Amino acid sequence: MSDPNEPRNPIARWLYRYDRMLRLGHEAEVIRELRDEDDLFLFMCFSEMLGVPNPVSYHTLELYPLIIEEFHEWHRRMGMEHSPLDHIRCC
Amino acid sequence: MNAVWLAFIAGLIYILGWRYYSKFLAERIYRLDPNFITPANRYNDGVDFVPTNKWVLWGHHFTSVAGAAPIVGPAIAMYWGWLPAMLWVVLGTVFAAGVHDFGALVLSARHKGQSIGTLANRLVGRRAKLLFLFIILILVLMVNAVFAWVIANLFISNPAAVLSVFIQIPLAIWIGYAVLRRKGNMLIPSLVALAVMYGAAVVATYVPALQIDLVGWMGGEQATNVMFGLDAVGASFLIWILILLAYVFVASTLPVWKLLQPRDYINAQQLVVGLLLLYGGLLVAAPTVTAPAFNSEATTSWFPLLFITIACGAISGFHGLVASGTSSKQLNKETDARTIGYLGAVGEGTLALITILAVATFFASTTDFHEAYSSFAAAGAGGVGNFVGGAGELISGLGIPAAVGQTIVAIIIVSFAATTLDSAVRLLRYIIGELGVEYGAPKLSQRYVATFIAVFLTALLVLLPDGGRGLGSGGFLLWPLFGTSNQLLAGITLMLISLWLYRQGRSPLPTLVPMVFLLTMTVWAMIQQVVFTWSGLGEADAQWLLFILGAIILGFAIWILLEAVRLFRNPEELKRLAEREAREAE
Repeated sequence: MSDPNEPRNPIARWLYRYDRMLRLGHEAEVIRELRDEDDLFLFMCFSEMLGVPNPVSYHTLELYPLIIEEFHEWHRRMGMEHSPLDHIRCC
Repeated sequence: MNAVWLAFIAGLIYILGWRYYSKFLAERIYRLDPNFITPANRYNDGVDFVPTNKWVLWGHHFTSVAGAAPIVGPAIAMYWGWLPAMLWVVLGTVFAAGVHDFGALVLSARHKGQSIGTLANRLVGRRAKLLFLFIILILVLMVNAVFAWVIANLFISNPAAVLSVFIQIPLAIWIGYAVLRRKGNMLIPSLVALAVMYGAAVVATYVPALQIDLVGWMGGEQATNVMFGLDAVGASFLIWILILLAYVFVASTLPVWKLLQPRDYINAQQLVVGLLLLYGGLLVAAPTVTAPAFNSEATTSWFPLLFITIACGAISGFHGLVASGTSSKQLNKETDARTIGYLGAVGEGTLALITILAVATFFASTTDFHEAYSSFAAAGAGGVGNFVGGAGELISGLGIPAAVGQTIVAIIIVSFAATTLDSAVRLLRYIIGELGVEYGAPKLSQRYVATFIAVFLTALLVLLPDGGRGLGSGGFLLWPLFGTSNQLLAGITLMLISLWLYRQGRSPLPTLVPMVFLLTMTVWAMIQQVVFTWSGLGEADAQWLLFILGAIILGFAIWILLEAVRLFRNPEELKRLAEREAREAE
């Protein structure tokens, strides 16, 4: 399969593949942990909508434009086809 | 005889096996289909199921399966001379290991990427799954005990290696934090880590102040009654084992990316570097083989013990776990399975081969060999040390001083064994937790409780049996048991592949023959050891721990054999299981 990130230069490509080969098994684990953290972060941002009082909601509100893409992926991952929040229409 | 010739002949057989036998397997037996949609493509989730370039996956598979075991087994098996060991490593790889790893990969890919344990449940029934869990439990415990022993032993005989091994821990944590979490390139940092480690090894080899030499600090080998009535070597052993156990307790409870994974990454580099250094050294130095082809003075028979002493290196059940656990979920095309499964086994075979050649060329004369390998127990105690010495000599062919080479080889083995130890304790923790949930004891599934039990059981196994060298030598007494449980696992995997092939109406002979051979040898060796050696019926004194553990494994081995015979003789039940499987697949 062709990897879009693979460099064209033969030596760089060889080194890239070698690095991929060694880190392959670790990536899944790291991706999973990073996702868990992101989910926690999003949960913090949207906790008020779930009825959990959030003392910093004023600040997290400012983050919304920046995390809209992530929010979209998150609700898809949580099994919701469309955004569950009326005022955030990412899709 | 020149050792290069042996490497050349073995290499040629590997190439022929890969070129012709694996092609035959791919086309006639496993019938790989380039149009089959593999689980990686069907369930691509970006995490576990990811279609991967075949060479990348091959490298990953190879570095995951190769550890300290293909070094320890052959180094001990040199007791019978280099020829039996080499024949089994070469022919076993071509006709058993390759078939096994390749088959496990195909079988799993054809069953949604499920692992061998799950497949055992589906293809043979619940009993097999239970059996499977117990074998893995015993296997993992054994791995812990044996590798803790290996590391403590190497620390005592190579004090210059200790510093580098300790340096690896903060370096790995740094890589974990700085690179792995930020998706940066790991290649350069891990090469820097390697350079620092080996640099420290070179310095420590020449500066005694940097060597952590517990035996020396306690007054040298002749010092007696240092503590608890132990001599200096025994006391150092106890201290190292306790330090190691404390370390694995911490390491196996940390999140994987903090220590385990970056360490694994650095070690995979070490494997590549080590193989290049050893084979490079072999080619340049072209040493003469001084060990005998057959050790005529051996009092313990090589048949059938050889086949359980060399576990990884020729066929190994652990490979099936890796092949069906992770590699099958990343297979891009089914036809790639030939490269990944078969050539992965050949990769491990080359590591076992260089071990044999390093030991075979280490001794100045055949008399020296006979002295070092005077008995099977002596082979067990000194085998790894002989490899370290021989490998140091090989590396010296590249202009690196033999003492530095030895330290580097010791670091490589300790690193391999230590990561296996980390992962094995973690695995043991999961199994204990799972059993706890199963039997209504949820406390057992708590992280620290389960880890404590795992570490405690390991400590018991390493420290309790009083082997030939006093306290702590329990680890090597257990080596034949490790071999048998590992071969048993391989036998189960081969049985599953055979059943699957049989049900598909294809010839199961290429998997059935190694299965029958392997299980016969395992059961034979077990009966010999359990009944005649450990029970006290023979000339030797009874060894209860080995007897009990051995008897359990022997029971499992016979059970598996009967299970296989029953299914092959009962096509009706096989059909029922197939129907059930088809229903579940829908």
